[in-house]
Amino acid sequence: MNQTLSLFPLGWQHYLLGGLLIGCGTALLFIVTGRIGGMSTVFSSTWSYLVQRPFFQQARFVDSRSWRLVYAAGLILGAFIWWMGFAGGAAQATKVPVWQLVVGGFFVGYGARLGNGCTSGHGICGLGSLQLPSLMAVLTFMATAFLTAHIAARVLALAPPTHWAKIWPPSRRGRCSDLACPFRPWCAPKWF
Amino acid sequence: MVRPEVVLSFLRFQDFGLMLVMGGAVLVVLVAYKLVPRIMARPVLDDHFHAHPSVWNRDTAAGAAIFGIGWGLCGVCPGPAIAGLGTGNWDLLWALAGISLGALVQGLRAR
Repeated sequence: MNQTLSLFPLGWQHYLLGGLLIGCGTALLFIVTGRIGGMSTVFSSTWSYLVQRPFFQQARFVDSRSWRLVYAAGLILGAFIWWMGFAGGAAQATKVPVWQLVVGGFFVGYGARLGNGCTSGHGICGLGSLQLPSLMAVLTFMATAFLTAHIAARVLALAPPTHWAKIWPPSRRGRCSDLACPFRPWCAPKWF
Repeated sequence: MVRPEVVLSFLRFQDFGLMLVMGGAVLVVLVAYKLVPRIMARPVLDDHFHAHPSVWNRDTAAGAAIFGIGWGLCGVCPGPAIAGLGTGNWDLLWALAGISLGALVQGLRAR
């Protein structure tokens, strides 16, 4: 019991139910349209409306861009129904800083498209169709994500970005008075 | 998952709930991808079942590694970034902008 509590401090039922529902949605898409429902391709295929370069005008993007947009709209609609029906309609928010969302998002978009898949494409669909390359991709992004999340948590807890302005440009006077700041050697450098 | 904190707490080994999300989804999809083509001759609205084979090459490896770095930094992946819009989590628009930009740059750099 204690083991369960420490592994799932917020409970586990809603996670499992959510996963099963995501699986059912992906399965339904397959049953009705025969298509493999990875999510990240929509970010390339939608650009094909605006960007005329040959990369974006490939058949795999142009031919699938409309259903992928409808699929994304369905995702928003489903989340909206959950929000209104089960979450009381209180706006969800995040405390993750904007720069982290934008920079992290950029890497997510670039990486997912370079690697042809994300957590849904390689993770759910790729593993669901027993593809070894997808398993390799999942293991790779899990490893780098664990590492990044741990390192980011350490570094950002020690030195929140509000500190960064104090260490650049380096000053002769040493503007940072925070003795606990790990960047202090660079704030008030001895060599000046 | 429309709150990045949930994803980040998984990546920091504080809450393993996302294993259940992934596990539950893969289980259902595994059964569906195996059984449905045997039961049905063709999908309801199309004349054949599609396949999307993945390949293991340098791009996939590098892409997955870069994806993981971004995911570990922001806790947002493409699906929940889109779904989050349905729950009034407008902060995710920043992540969505980042993802779109990343996808654009990848396409512009690709040959």
